[in-house]
Amino acid sequence: MTITQYLLLSSVLFCIGIYGVLSRKNGVMVLMSIELILNAVNINLVAFSALTDNIAGEVFALFIIAIAAAEVGVGLAIVLLIFRNKQSVDLSEIDQMKG
Amino acid sequence: MVAQNVFFSILALLMIASALKVVSTKNIVHAALWLVLVLAGVAGQFLLLGAEFVGVTQILVYIGAVIVLLLFGVMLTKANIGEEENINMPNRAIPAVIATLMFAVMSYSIIDSFRGEKLPKETVTNAATVSDSIFSDFIIPFEAVSVLLLAALIGAVVIARKETA
Repeated sequence: MTITQYLLLSSVLFCIGIYGVLSRKNGVMVLMSIELILNAVNINLVAFSALTDNIAGEVFALFIIAIAAAEVGVGLAIVLLIFRNKQSVDLSEIDQMKG
Repeated sequence: MVAQNVFFSILALLMIASALKVVSTKNIVHAALWLVLVLAGVAGQFLLLGAEFVGVTQILVYIGAVIVLLLFGVMLTKANIGEEENINMPNRAIPAVIATLMFAVMSYSIIDSFRGEKLPKETVTNAATVSDSIFSDFIIPFEAVSVLLLAALIGAVVIARKETA
């Protein structure tokens, strides 16, 4: 097993996540794509942890999992608030701050 | 080593196919269910790398909690259960070009800088090693994460509750 195959897998997932964030209109779908990106980062951290035989990578992967959970909680609260105010979660309709 | 490579390839193909379905399907509930497959694949990769505690935490937190939260979000925003037409940006070619270019640059630099460097022979890091490290070297980040979780909890309640005058 080489480090390259893990890094390539994680960059594929990262780019698919970027595509999802940019091409989706629904707020919940954008949150799902962000989860893809965070998981790609976690694969990198754990792979480098195995490469350098250093436990720090795994510990930080755990921290990222905790932060991702917090991010989904707050993100969904924001999406629900948008839905309550506009009766839709269409992100292209949210342009109140456009000059 | 051969068995590990076989399992890596199976999991990787499954994850990439499911991730593509997550960003391309028109049914929001199906997207959440495809996301389960991707997250389970990531947990499998962690186990292949010998990170058992991170793998189990991935299953508990992501598949157990985050997916349920996302499905609640789908339910509370009254999405259609079936297919939905108005779910994608009108021009999806530009995001596709951006993602492809990004992958080209990243894969070139990864292959160029590591050149197939081998991972050392696999050693399983057990939960005791991870917890020793968290509660000695990383105690301050750990406490910071617990405060952050509390702040996120309170913040989510404050943002999402109904305004009562």
